[in-house]
Amino acid sequence: MSTAPAAARRAAQLGFLQAIQQAQHEEMTRDERVILMGQDLRANVFGAAQGFLEDFGPSRIRDLPLSEAASVGMAAGAAMAGLRPIVDLTVASFMFCAMDQFVSQVAKNRYMFGGQARMPVVFRQALYYHGGTAAHHADRPYPMFMNVPGLKIMVPSNGPDLKGLLKTAIRDDNPVLCFEDATLWGRRGRGAAPEDDDHLIPFGVASVPREGTDVTVIGIGGGVRHALDAAADLAGEGVSVEVVDPRTLVPMDWPAILASVAKTGRCVIVDPANRTCSAASEIAAHLVEEGFGSLRAPVLRVTSDDMHVPFSPVLEKQIYPSKEKVVAAVRRVLGVEK
Amino acid sequence: MNLERDLALEMLRRMLRIRLFEEATIELFHAGELPAMVHLSIGQEAAIAGACLATTADDYMTGNHRSHGHPIAKGARLDRLMAELLGKAGGVCKGKGGSMHLADFSVGSLGESGIVGSAIPVAVGAGLAADVLGNGLVALCFFGDGAANEGVLHESMNLAAVWKLPVVFFCENNGWAVSVRAGELTSVEDISVRATGYGMPGVTVDGQDPVATYEAVSAAVARARRGEGPSLVEAKTYRFHEHAYGLRVKNSYRDQSEVDVWRQERDPIDLFRRRLLDEGLADEAAVEALDAEVRAEVAAAVEFARDSPYPEPEEAYRDLYYVEGAST
Ligand SMILES: Cc1ncc(C[n+]2csc(CCOP(=O)(O)OP(=O)(O)O)c2C)c(N)n1
Ligand SMILES: [Mg+2]
Repeated sequence: MSTAPAAARRAAQLGFLQAIQQAQHEEMTRDERVILMGQDLRANVFGAAQGFLEDFGPSRIRDLPLSEAASVGMAAGAAMAGLRPIVDLTVASFMFCAMDQFVSQVAKNRYMFGGQARMPVVFRQALYYHGGTAAHHADRPYPMFMNVPGLKIMVPSNGPDLKGLLKTAIRDDNPVLCFEDATLWGRRGRGAAPEDDDHLIPFGVASVPREGTDVTVIGIGGGVRHALDAAADLAGEGVSVEVVDPRTLVPMDWPAILASVAKTGRCVIVDPANRTCSAASEIAAHLVEEGFGSLRAPVLRVTSDDMHVPFSPVLEKQIYPSKEKVVAAVRRVLGVEK
Repeated sequence: MNLERDLALEMLRRMLRIRLFEEATIELFHAGELPAMVHLSIGQEAAIAGACLATTADDYMTGNHRSHGHPIAKGARLDRLMAELLGKAGGVCKGKGGSMHLADFSVGSLGESGIVGSAIPVAVGAGLAADVLGNGLVALCFFGDGAANEGVLHESMNLAAVWKLPVVFFCENNGWAVSVRAGELTSVEDISVRATGYGMPGVTVDGQDPVATYEAVSAAVARARRGEGPSLVEAKTYRFHEHAYGLRVKNSYRDQSEVDVWRQERDPIDLFRRRLLDEGLADEAAVEALDAEVRAEVAAAVEFARDSPYPEPEEAYRDLYYVEGAST
């Protein structure tokens, strides 16, 4: 593989948009109750729905008006009445327009109605930060939804995981929120394409993209890339970093996280969300409660600063996690002991 | 309407400001100087200028992602708007808002929203403040045909109507919401008919004619100032460029011939210029002088924007909260 020309290597890898395209196409072919809806879907503005209208017809491929609240609640109703909708909300910041529907209907209906309702619905949305879109488009709001019981949440960090998790999500009888980190849309988000069409990744199973012994660095979405880049740099200094990618935040693979930290005794969490009540905060709290005995240093969070995303390119980058910030945090947890 | 010369020239001036300002942003885009894509109002200038000229600089205004035209027509300084588009410290929002989120409180512009529909109730709130304070101001609320399907518009229209607030809901129906033709996912052909459901007057006007827009909004403003409540004005217009300049939509959704017809036959600036000449409200020399004046103004705005420094990194961490005594 390493001798193959770069272009051929890339062709054998799966980017985010292809992963979505493949997962949705395969699952729609497999089960005709799956329907796909979204704004500007037919024109394929976001690039992951090529040929869907031709292949599945207008009844199953629907453009939605600018009506997010109705779109989300309508999908919930359709799911309760026998369909398996996928709703492409495009940008995660647009979810706020439908917050009540997510919280009051999607998340609560099964519980409140004593288990009568099934809610097989998937909501997909990009974390559209780091691109000069300014505060209205650049939110990373998955922690807000972690605070709502009843939702499953995936934040994949590479194309193959996205494909496998999304297929699992579509087959799940519970509501799933699929957050797609747009900083991974490009080449760096790729990974080797899975061979088989039934590539399914279960929820609640973390991956360990790099093994190590000194420090556990847990990455969320695009945070995995920073974790891996930092691990590569630190290896040159003789520091052995283990990178853990939870892949789904709800359910979270606590055993894998606790096992890694039991081995290394130190943990840094890289999370592109805002710091306060981030996914990183939840992981840190859990480690203190359940893994305190194995900790040899404080758990550190590398997150976005608690700030709105400024437009200007000279202002934006600094508020996010970066490789440099991860390296600094790792040095700090190592230094504490000395 | 018997158009007076000064008003007519001011209409043309504001339309030209939008057009030439945005043509300059196209050049900046190609020169790689714009940090992000821009949503252009080219083709929609008559609707915007006519509406804004029916208000005063003190009246309030909110708008959407297609944001440049609104503050320009409301009378904002071009240089600080342009600097904002480049993410510079001299920008009207200090480089923190950007193209979709212009706001210039000095001309009543309370902010444009990148989230479609999100600023609509803010205009209603400005109307409430004007009503409670009794200062006689009105709020002009720009939104698109796509935004007409957001629930928040409907809640806002109802509230403004029941409280008889001085608000003018102004729909720029430019035929498209990204790739979706107006009418395809909207239950009515004329969005103005939705006013009936909220007990307020609604009219549809030719958005390529600044005079038609001006008259309709003037009537709505007068009604609002009399304390009789809100109105809905829909201007039928057309977006000449792609949804966002630089965006490449995978599957084409509108025929180039449709765009060409609008550009050739329904260009609001061409139409209005010809009208001024035909009606003897201006001669060639006056029209050319106006063009030169606005060109110079836009060139100066670009120069100002280029010369303006980038904000200091710490600027990212300011303005989150109001702090007594801190400078803004
Ligand atoms: C709540 C929300 N949903 C979706 C989008 C993405 N989006 C931006 S503009 C737009 C179309 C808006 O159409 P319209 O209101 O007609 O305004 P126009 O762009 O035509 O001026 C869409 C779908 C958004 N910014 N906000
Ligand atoms: Mg429109």
